[in-house]
Amino acid sequence: MKSISIEFPGVKALNGVDFELEAGKIQALIGANGAGKSTLMKILSGAYPHYTGTILMDGHTVEIKDTKMAKELGIDIVYQEVDTALIPHLSVAENIMLDQMIFNKKMNFINWKSIRNEAKSILDRLGVQINVDKKVSDISLADKQMLLIARSIVHKRNFLILDEPTAPLSLTETEKLFKIVHDLAKNQNMGIVFISHRLPELFQICEKITIMKDGKVVKESHVEDITQQQVVDAMLGRSFDTVHQKRNAEIGEPILEVKNLVDHSGLVNDVSFYGRKGEIIGLAGLVGAGKTELCKAIFGMSHIESGQLFIENRSIRNPTPYHSVRNGIGLIPEERRKEGIFVEEPVYKNLTMANINPFVNIMSFIKSKKEKSASREMIQQIGAKTPNELQKVANLSGGNQQKIAIGKWLMTDAKVFLFDEPTKGVDVGAKGDIFQLIEELAEKGKCIVYASSEISEILLITTRIYVMYDGKIVKELDTDKTTEEEIMYFATGGVDNAK
Amino acid sequence: MQNNQAINFVKDWAIVLAVIILVAVFTVAIPNFMQTHNILNILRSISIVTIIAVGLTVSLSVNGFDLSIGSTATLANSVVVSMFVWFSMPTSVSIIAALGAVVCVALFNAFLIVKVKIPDLFATLATMFIVEGVAMTYTGGGSISVGMPRLDGTPTEGSISAFFLTLSKTPWIILIMLVIVLLVHLFLTYTKHGRFIYAVGGNEEAAKLSGIPVNRYKTIAYIFSAILAGIGGLLLASQIGSAQINAGAGYLMPAVAAAFIGQSFAGHGKPNAIGTLFGAALVGVLENGLVMLSVPYYSLNIIKGLVLALALASTYYSRKK
Repeated sequence: MKSISIEFPGVKALNGVDFELEAGKIQALIGANGAGKSTLMKILSGAYPHYTGTILMDGHTVEIKDTKMAKELGIDIVYQEVDTALIPHLSVAENIMLDQMIFNKKMNFINWKSIRNEAKSILDRLGVQINVDKKVSDISLADKQMLLIARSIVHKRNFLILDEPTAPLSLTETEKLFKIVHDLAKNQNMGIVFISHRLPELFQICEKITIMKDGKVVKESHVEDITQQQVVDAMLGRSFDTVHQKRNAEIGEPILEVKNLVDHSGLVNDVSFYGRKGEIIGLAGLVGAGKTELCKAIFGMSHIESGQLFIENRSIRNPTPYHSVRNGIGLIPEERRKEGIFVEEPVYKNLTMANINPFVNIMSFIKSKKEKSASREMIQQIGAKTPNELQKVANLSGGNQQKIAIGKWLMTDAKVFLFDEPTKGVDVGAKGDIFQLIEELAEKGKCIVYASSEISEILLITTRIYVMYDGKIVKELDTDKTTEEEIMYFATGGVDNAK
Repeated sequence: MQNNQAINFVKDWAIVLAVIILVAVFTVAIPNFMQTHNILNILRSISIVTIIAVGLTVSLSVNGFDLSIGSTATLANSVVVSMFVWFSMPTSVSIIAALGAVVCVALFNAFLIVKVKIPDLFATLATMFIVEGVAMTYTGGGSISVGMPRLDGTPTEGSISAFFLTLSKTPWIILIMLVIVLLVHLFLTYTKHGRFIYAVGGNEEAAKLSGIPVNRYKTIAYIFSAILAGIGGLLLASQIGSAQINAGAGYLMPAVAAAFIGQSFAGHGKPNAIGTLFGAALVGVLENGLVMLSVPYYSLNIIKGLVLALALASTYYSRKK
């Protein structure tokens, strides 16, 4: 790809990018959120036909106008959000053979036997065991990912793009994926682009690394010639201290107490814990351990079957989000775009959404000037990068959207903040800002619950850790006295005395 | 960039431009079109559609859809006339009874949508038929007018008050329409409730997680929709001086067209009251002009249907990108 540029209304997303991919190589593409890596890959896979510049393949100029064309050229992409590419109520076999069924014009009748057999043989080639007759809605996230990779190799593909494939995967699942990716590159001579925010795994699997920043390629290197620190520096364009200075907030009274909580779905099963003023407690656990469900149950998004919930020693019965906000709880949800922000609305409307009353007169009319100036102050405080408070949130990068989602709660006088995977899809720079915001909250005497499957982050920021496994809290640990290995041990179902 | 701005300008003000162009075309083609009398006639004829459409606009704003507005207008029409004629009630009681009936419709809609969780379109489709049937059963499957006997054959002495009949005269009906458009516009754009209504429509999940009582605002939106449809039905009763079978049914389609045409007004991209007024004006001007050009009334639905398709296209086609 040579001097690729693309523009969207208001932004120049890519500016003269050169990118090269060789068959049989695994290449990392990394950059802060909004750096343009997804955009670049989407051009390559045919999602954005209005680019300028040239794409060469084996020395020939090609023009990629749509996804069908990209597929014919042997380029396929596995997007981060796997569910958007799958049809949940069809079987695994049908999903794998979907392209075949679409592009094969002769096949009007479905030959079930051949579809099942072909799907099976492809899964065998990858060395994964999934029952091809199962419905896609019944298989795990990791299996769905494998399924998409399987689908992309049904046909002879030369290039495969994996957009943050490991984000939802556990360690063992990641290892499995790496083995498959490695095998595809070495034995089947495919060129693979691997996008990820997790540096260690890029160093583990990739041979070349391309770093993007602000719509440009800023560095290209072989992995042997570069260190993780250098990669981070290049991504940010400045030196970033990854060693985070932990502050010590004064710890006060217990403010949040959960006793024997069981939720409707059974994904939260007999959970008890407490949080004190000024304390940042961690909820560690793998994806699916019940962290999200626990946060939602406390916030009143799901029905509580049994158990008790206390805020400032007051018992809360049958909470609803409406009451939770008024009781001083704020939830920063995992699914930011779906649950946290209003993408079509400007920044200032997003910020005042949870607490608009200070900007309203007796007749419920909104005092626009006051609202906007308060929003400007909040934008400053949270360090969100936006031209002004009138910008649509859809036009901000992931990290800045997350800051807006947090800022919304800073505008309220919430006492308990539930953070559910707050750094998901957020670049390193914004991550640092978010950590700082969280610690400032703790210093002000707020109680923070930090739920994440990124154990290193939990170790970095919390003072006390609860480890969740299979809907239960299996262990309480002091952050100062534990290690990543110990947390992982309990998070994967390890038992105390067996150790 | 210059070019882009021009395109955006045309997009944002397309309805206003369309109204102006239509008026210009008709002015040239029809000698009497631009007379004050005819202009007032057009405004009068769009008043009821606009009021009903503004109610629909509020239900669209919570990302809902109220198909029952036509039947609701019919119900208000039947109830108010029956109050006058059958029960010899004063104006205030008659109006309150009619509005009370339509609020019941709204609460029924809200119950189906909020509690039973039926998608808005299907819930209000069911309500549409139920209310149509209720109104028709109430009037015994016929019309009610002054001097006609009751269903059981007893004679009636009630009459419709002069005040009530004046409401639909020019300029009152036009003023009522403008005041309603203005009030709903202020409510949706400048109050916290309006903000929350749009928030629910924009992202229900995020609204709920922000502590906005989503169900309450959905109910409020359907009450707005029903009351404005009811007011439409009242004005209709005032205009024709009687209750007719399915009198309000014909207003559903132009109201939907007006509300959808209005979405693009001034680059809002979402339902808004002033846009809806212009949408209704577009439909009204078109209808008036075509009638004056002696297009037969039975063919008008072809044109109106096409306008509706165009309005929906302008909303959904641009959303795709």
